[in-house]
Amino acid sequence: MSEAVIQVAGLVKHFGTVRAVDGIDFTVVRGGVCALLGGNGAGKTTTIAMLLGLLLPSAGSIHVLGEDMLRHRYRVLARLNFSSPYVDLPQRLTVRQNLMVYGRLYGVPRLRARLAELGEALDIGRFFDRPYGSLSAGQKTRVSLAKALLNRPELLLLDEPTASLDPDTADRMRRYLTDYQRASGATLLLASHNMIEVERLCDQVLMMKGGRIVDRGSPAELIVRYGRRDLEEVFLAIARGQAQGEGEAQEWRARA
Amino acid sequence: MSFSLTRVGAMALRYAYLLQGSWLRVLELAYWPTVQMILWGFISRFFMQDSTLLGQAAGLLISGVLLWDVLFRSQLGVSVVFFEELYSRNLAQLFVSPLRPYELILSLMTISLVRTLIGVGVAALLALPFYGYRLTDLGWPLLLFFANLLVLGWAIGLQVAALVLRHGLGAESIAWAAIFALAPVSGIYYPIATLPAWLQPLAWLIPASHVFEGMRAVLLEHTVRWDHMLYAVGLNALYLGLGVWTFLAAFRLARERGSLLQSGE
Repeated sequence: MSEAVIQVAGLVKHFGTVRAVDGIDFTVVRGGVCALLGGNGAGKTTTIAMLLGLLLPSAGSIHVLGEDMLRHRYRVLARLNFSSPYVDLPQRLTVRQNLMVYGRLYGVPRLRARLAELGEALDIGRFFDRPYGSLSAGQKTRVSLAKALLNRPELLLLDEPTASLDPDTADRMRRYLTDYQRASGATLLLASHNMIEVERLCDQVLMMKGGRIVDRGSPAELIVRYGRRDLEEVFLAIARGQAQGEGEAQEWRARA
Repeated sequence: MSFSLTRVGAMALRYAYLLQGSWLRVLELAYWPTVQMILWGFISRFFMQDSTLLGQAAGLLISGVLLWDVLFRSQLGVSVVFFEELYSRNLAQLFVSPLRPYELILSLMTISLVRTLIGVGVAALLALPFYGYRLTDLGWPLLLFFANLLVLGWAIGLQVAALVLRHGLGAESIAWAAIFALAPVSGIYYPIATLPAWLQPLAWLIPASHVFEGMRAVLLEHTVRWDHMLYAVGLNALYLGLGVWTFLAAFRLARERGSLLQSGE
């Protein structure tokens, strides 16, 4: 049986009376690429923040790389990384300075060589000496991805990994992520609204709505289950309450 | 396009909305003139009481200003540098890295020391050509004064950073205001005895009061007041512990509320 890299059980987060995440369970095995899908406010970012330890859950348990994240998160933080458009890097530091700081925080060996590698792979070497704040949104996304890959993470959590990228650059980034995942055996968990990206990258999809996982499966399984042409149609069907699936969506509708 | 009084009025209204939306901004309008009035009132009273001190006023005032700036710069060195992480929405990135909160605190203290040495060092050097005054004339007790004020600045800076972590950047102005609330009761330019009797017990709870009393003892009586130094060290240990505890508690609360992800400009 494959080793579980992420194990979540009974995870709940409420802010006052709002239940942002409402009792979710899931497992992602080593080498898996899993997507959290759902509309705005479905609970994707909140789930990722709890996995990282940025947010304390109201109930439930989280194990990452075999460690209880509520008790021993510092034992594993050096082995994972993340990227999100909701966070940034210091604007006045150059790209190189930012990456040097994070490289040291993660204890990356042969840091300069690693920077050169990432500069070439993500095509960011050209603006290494420019202030991060002067970059375009797409360039910032690539730098953020470089920061997330600095420590060759075993687990990579990506919130909207190709946000603000043009189709050509987004395609190259996806190819790089796929190559990295295959070469390193890393596990990826991503939240995305880009269904093509999810179909192309992921082997497991967790459909979220109202803080719950309403269905799950591989992209192909979900498309067949809902009798749709692609994942985008599945997403729309679930988001608009038109789901005819046989999975948790029906149970969820019955509960609602 | 011709001048429009309506547009001027619209923009004035826009700024008035800002004031209306924040009681803190309104309070701040009255805060600075009040602090200045109290501070200069006590300075005037002190020099009017003993005119013989006027001859030594330059040394007393310049030493007071420079040492006060140690406290001010060291506090800003912690709080404002921490705000940089909030402005740049970098806090979440930092706290998913292996960086521990106490390691962040130590790095803030380190950069605060560097910034204070640069800031006050330059001013102290310029005091020589401008006024023929050497801060080093205070002798080796200067090191004790410097260390105590530096540590008090760290303690206050951590409290301010914790407040901003708790309430967001709306509380940012506290960084500038907090330290000046201490100025009138720290006896920077006059002895604590100048203060009204009811205010003196409060003043003695501030380590800076003991430092400035010690400074005057060196300048006027050429003695080192160990009692004041011991009080300052003891109180600083207490306040620094409290500052670290408050910052860590605010960090935990931020993890409960999700504000590490939300913080930004």
